[in-house]
Amino acid sequence: MVRFLIRRIILGVLVMIMVTMLVFGIFFVGDNAETVAYRLAGKNAQLKTVNLIIKRLHLHDPIYVQYWDFLKRLVWHHDLGYSYYGNEPVSTILKQTVPVTLSLAIGAAIIWLVIGVLSGVLSAVRRGSILDRVITTLALFFYSMPTFVLGLMLLFLVSYQLQVRGIRIFPGQGYVGLTQSPLGWLESLTLPWLTLALVSAATYSRLTRGSLLEVLGEDYIRTARAKGLRERRVIFRHGLRSALTPVASQFGIDVGVLVGGAIVTETVFGLPGLGLTAVRAISNGDLPVIIGIVIVASAAVVVANIVMDMVYAFLDPRVRLH
Amino acid sequence: MTNPGALPTSEVLGEAIGDEAVAHVIEGRSTWQLAWARFRKDRIAMVSAGVIVLVVLVAIFAPVFASLTGHGVNEQFRQTGLNAYGLPEPPSGRFLLGSDDLGRDILVRIAYGARISLFVGVVATLLTVAIGAVLGLMAGYFGGIVDSVIARLVDLVLSLPFLLFAISLVSVTQPGLTIVIVVIGVFGWAAVARIVRGQVLSIREKEYIEAARSLGASAWRIMFVDILPNVLTQLIVYTTLLIPITIVLEATLSYLGLGIPPPTADWGQMIAESQNLYQQAWWFLVFPSAALLITTLAFNLLGDGIRDALDPGLARL
Repeated sequence: MVRFLIRRIILGVLVMIMVTMLVFGIFFVGDNAETVAYRLAGKNAQLKTVNLIIKRLHLHDPIYVQYWDFLKRLVWHHDLGYSYYGNEPVSTILKQTVPVTLSLAIGAAIIWLVIGVLSGVLSAVRRGSILDRVITTLALFFYSMPTFVLGLMLLFLVSYQLQVRGIRIFPGQGYVGLTQSPLGWLESLTLPWLTLALVSAATYSRLTRGSLLEVLGEDYIRTARAKGLRERRVIFRHGLRSALTPVASQFGIDVGVLVGGAIVTETVFGLPGLGLTAVRAISNGDLPVIIGIVIVASAAVVVANIVMDMVYAFLDPRVRLH
Repeated sequence: MTNPGALPTSEVLGEAIGDEAVAHVIEGRSTWQLAWARFRKDRIAMVSAGVIVLVVLVAIFAPVFASLTGHGVNEQFRQTGLNAYGLPEPPSGRFLLGSDDLGRDILVRIAYGARISLFVGVVATLLTVAIGAVLGLMAGYFGGIVDSVIARLVDLVLSLPFLLFAISLVSVTQPGLTIVIVVIGVFGWAAVARIVRGQVLSIREKEYIEAARSLGASAWRIMFVDILPNVLTQLIVYTTLLIPITIVLEATLSYLGLGIPPPTADWGQMIAESQNLYQQAWWFLVFPSAALLITTLAFNLLGDGIRDALDPGLARL
C-alpha cells in the first residue's frame, strides 16, 4: 500500500509539472516579449505597464529560464502575481473563493453519490418493475440535461415560483458564508448542490445498476442466499461492496468533471467561487487570476485523484499489484 | 414469453417456425443487416432517430423559417418585438415562440442555432474519435515506449479540469467556432484512445494478425486494414454516445461566453442572454433550453439503441 501511494504521488507530481508547462506555454510563450506582455496586460495597456511587465517577469530571458523562474515563484514563494483588474494579490482572491467552491463541490458530491448509488441499487433490486422504469427514465433525462439548463430550470421552477407565491427560501443569487449563518449557507447552496449533483447522479445510477446486476448473478451471491442470509444483507454486504469498485474508479475520473460543473453552477447561481471568478476574469482580460485558478484547481484535482485511487485500492486489492 | 427461464415447448417452437419462417431463418444476413433488423424493432430508438432527422431538417431549412415569418435571424424588431417597456413579446401569431431581449424572433434563432449545435456536435466528435482511434491504435499495436508516452498523455488529459483549460485557451485567443472544435478535440480524445488501446491489445495477439505480419504487411496496413475494422462497432457506438456530450460542451462553452460569439444564433448563448430576463420572459429561457434538451435526449436514446443493435451481448444499462 505504501509503495502504491508513493508511486501515485510521484505520478501526481509529474502531472503537476506538465500542468505548469501547459499553463506556461499557453500564457507566457509568444513571438516576442512585447506580444506576451500585451497578452498579459490587455490590448489597451499603456507602454509603461507593458515595459514594467517585461522587466518584472524578465520576458527577454530565454524561455527555459523564464519557466524556471515561474516554477520558483510558484513553489518557493507561493506567488501567483497580482490581479491587474482589482490590484489584489491572486493568492488573496483564491483564499476568498476556494471555500465557496469547496462547499459547493463537496456537498454536491455527497448528494450525487447517495442519490446515484441508492437509486441504482433500488432499480437493480427491483429490476423490470415500474420503479426501475421510472428511475432509468429519470436517469437518462438528467444525464442528457446540460448543467446550466438544469440550474436555470431550478431557478425558474423552484426559486422564482416560490417567490411569486410569497415564499422566500432558496435565494436565486449569491452566497452566504457558513460561519456567517449556517441556515443561510444551507439555503443559498441547496439549489446549486442539486444542480451539480443530479446531472452526475444519473451517470452513477446507470453505473451502479449495471454493475450490481452483474454482481448479483455471481455464484457467491447464490451461496449467500442459500445459507439463509437476509436479502438486505446479501445486497448491501455481499453485492454492493464489489459492485461499488467501478463506481469508485469512475468517481476518481469525475473529480475534474466536478470542477467543470462547479464553474457552470457558480455562474448560474452567482456564487463567488473559483469558477465565477475565472469566467469574470476572462471578460476583464485578467490573466494572472486565470493562471492562478487553473493551477490551484488542477492541483486539487490531482490530489483528489490520488485520494480516490487509494480508496479504490482499498476496495479492490488487485489494483495495488500493478 | 411469460417465463424467460423455461425452455420453449415443442408447440411454441412449432408455432414460431412455420415453413416461411424457416426459409427466412436460413437466409444469410450480414452483421449490419442483423443490427438493422434489431434496431428497427427498437421503438424508442426509431422515434429518437426520427426526432434527430427532424432537428437536422430544421437546421438545413433554417432560412425557410426566416422567410416564412419574414424575420431575419439577426433582425431586431424594436417596434413589434419589444413592448413599451422594452421587454420581449410573448409567443403570438407574429412571433410563434416569442421574441428575445433585442426584439429578435426566437423561433428563427432556434432554427439557426440547430446548425451550430449539430455541426459542432458531429465535426468535433469525429475529430475526437479520429485522434483517439489513431493514438489508441498506435499505443496498442506498437507497445513499448510509444505506449508509455501515449498512456501518460491519456492520464494527463483525463486528470485536467477540461473547462478550466478551455477557459485558458479561449482567454488568449479569440472565441469562435474553430477554437471550440479544437478545444473539444484536444481534450476529448483520451477516453477514446484508452478504449481503442484496450481492444487492440487483445486483437494484436490473434492469429490473423500474425498471418498478416508473415505476409509482410506493414505496421500501418495491419493497424488500419486488419485491426481497425474489428474495433469499428465499438467506435460507432462510442461516437453516437459522444455526440450529445459534445453538443452539451459546445452549449456550455457558449453559455459561459467562451464559445460562439454573438450575434451568431446559438442555443447556449441564447440561454445565457435569457438568464436575466426569465422572470419577465419565460419563453426566452424555456424554448432554447427545450431545443437543446430534446436534441441531447434523442441522441442519447439513439446511442443506446445503436449499442443494443450492434452489440446485443451488452445489456442496456
